[in-house]
Amino acid sequence: MPDIIQVDQLSKTFGEIKAVDGVSFSVGAREIFGFLGPNGAGKSTTIKMLATLLKPTGGRATLAGYDVATQPTQVRQSIGLVFQDQSLDNRLTADENLKFHAMLYDVPNDVYRQRADQVLKMVDLTDRRGSIVMTFSGGMKRRLEIARGLLHHPKVLFLDEPTLGLDVQTRNAIWRHVRALRDEVGTTVFMTTHYMDEAENCDRIAIIDHGKIQAIDTPAALKRSIGGDTIIVAGDDALGADIEAKYGVTVQRSGPAIHFQQASGAEFIPRLIADFGGRVTSVQVKQPSLEDVFLKLTGHGIRPEEGSAMDLMRQGMALWRRGGTGGRS
Amino acid sequence: MTMRLALRTIYTIWLREAKTFWREKARIIAMIGQPLLYLLILGNGITAGMRLNRAGSVGYIQFLYPGVISMSILFTSIFSALSIIWDREFGFLKEVLVAPVPRWAVAMGKAFGGATVAMVQAIIMVLMAPLVGITLSVSIVIQLLGLAFLMSIAVTSLGIIIASRMASMQSFQMVMNFLVMPLYFLSGAMFPMTSAPTWLKSLMAVDPLTYGVDAFRNVVFSNTQVADGSLTQPLIDVARAGGLVRFQLGFDVALMVIVAIVFAWAGAWQFSKAQAA
Repeated sequence: MPDIIQVDQLSKTFGEIKAVDGVSFSVGAREIFGFLGPNGAGKSTTIKMLATLLKPTGGRATLAGYDVATQPTQVRQSIGLVFQDQSLDNRLTADENLKFHAMLYDVPNDVYRQRADQVLKMVDLTDRRGSIVMTFSGGMKRRLEIARGLLHHPKVLFLDEPTLGLDVQTRNAIWRHVRALRDEVGTTVFMTTHYMDEAENCDRIAIIDHGKIQAIDTPAALKRSIGGDTIIVAGDDALGADIEAKYGVTVQRSGPAIHFQQASGAEFIPRLIADFGGRVTSVQVKQPSLEDVFLKLTGHGIRPEEGSAMDLMRQGMALWRRGGTGGRS
Repeated sequence: MTMRLALRTIYTIWLREAKTFWREKARIIAMIGQPLLYLLILGNGITAGMRLNRAGSVGYIQFLYPGVISMSILFTSIFSALSIIWDREFGFLKEVLVAPVPRWAVAMGKAFGGATVAMVQAIIMVLMAPLVGITLSVSIVIQLLGLAFLMSIAVTSLGIIIASRMASMQSFQMVMNFLVMPLYFLSGAMFPMTSAPTWLKSLMAVDPLTYGVDAFRNVVFSNTQVADGSLTQPLIDVARAGGLVRFQLGFDVALMVIVAIVFAWAGAWQFSKAQAA
């Protein structure tokens, strides 16, 4: 399969900050490829460079054979993009926003009618198609945004945090549609997410943190690389160090929890309890998840679900600050 | 194919401008209200207090009327162009910038959108002619619309040049204070160039809007008679004799065409280089 996206040492610096720090990867035609990483890891910046919206400060990238820095027009003819932040015209109706997009992308009128019905049904906005977007809730705008991105059928479809804040039902409907697009039209999908379960939809995932790619592989292979099950233990402060000494493993800490790997988790528990029974307050055995892969590769969690309330608050503050300065993440 | 794509882009952008303009009733009210304020309060107030020294029989309000037409077109057009900055802040600009259409055509669509709104503004101004004792004709109204179109293409394009480089709405006030207002004050819209001090005259001569205002006076005054003592004279002759109209219409229009083309080209070029972030 020929590669439709080729990226070589791509970098983007904003002042002192290296948002993207020399990433290299390639994406095959008809592949669903995902960037998994926390907010601020450089996912959106990479997408913006590939979509010709930002000029790279280093390295090179080609899309469908065209250089994103020097042949922007040809690249734009090959792509579609669903942005992370809103990009609708609030003063137009839902239908007018879709129509505007169709006109810009030269979708013929009869094809437009049929596809507009289809995508509006997908995001459950059929009965609001004549309403001005200003009257929509945040979730409705998000859904309309996605519907618009799927209106024309590009060679490469970029989805930047596509289902952020959407309910499971809508997420599933969108994923069914995206997969159908890949199977029937041959669209390559490049998405970013920080939802683990969403990343499972990808053929391959690149794990990205602090502007660098930590690993690229299929979700299954990434999980296999963990080496067995994950044991999550909570207990006293010295427990982590004692476990490392006793079993010769390396532990990762995520808030108060201690994570480490064992080939066969369920059979290991009795041994752990026999050794540290009085000091362990809780034990959990997990099949390896992408969360574990991320934790192992980067040394920290992707979401604060296992962190403290303070972590949650800090992350919230960081998100809010980023939002205030233009949301470069 | 390329031509068809460019025309389709221009039409798409223009259509959006026209639709959003039509939905903003507050803007239409401002387009009626602001010139009325200038004419009724400033115009009448100053007319009562002074005479134009070298053209005694031309009332100040009549002198001011073409100036207020120019002003309203200037403000309307700059506002149309600076909406690019709103589009940037609300994210919509990205949708346009990532589309596989020539950026220069987007800029042209924007300029034609601004010109359309300016022509609506010109029609509003035509309806105010009876208030200031000016007689128009069908031919004058058509010429006025043509001038409004030309002036608006130039001003909207100037706005596009600025908006392509501006990141936030905070800079809007800067543009108004240090570009739009000086352009307006130096255009001879509110006082005649003839009686201005020499240093001011040379500044006025380099303001492209001066020729637009002069063109509007040429056209607006062409069908009105004024009483000068016992005899009635064409307003245009009195105004020309008094130095209130300085150039021939052909000269003004030629300059406006050149300025419009240069600005439109520069606007399209600047917009092609715009980045989204």
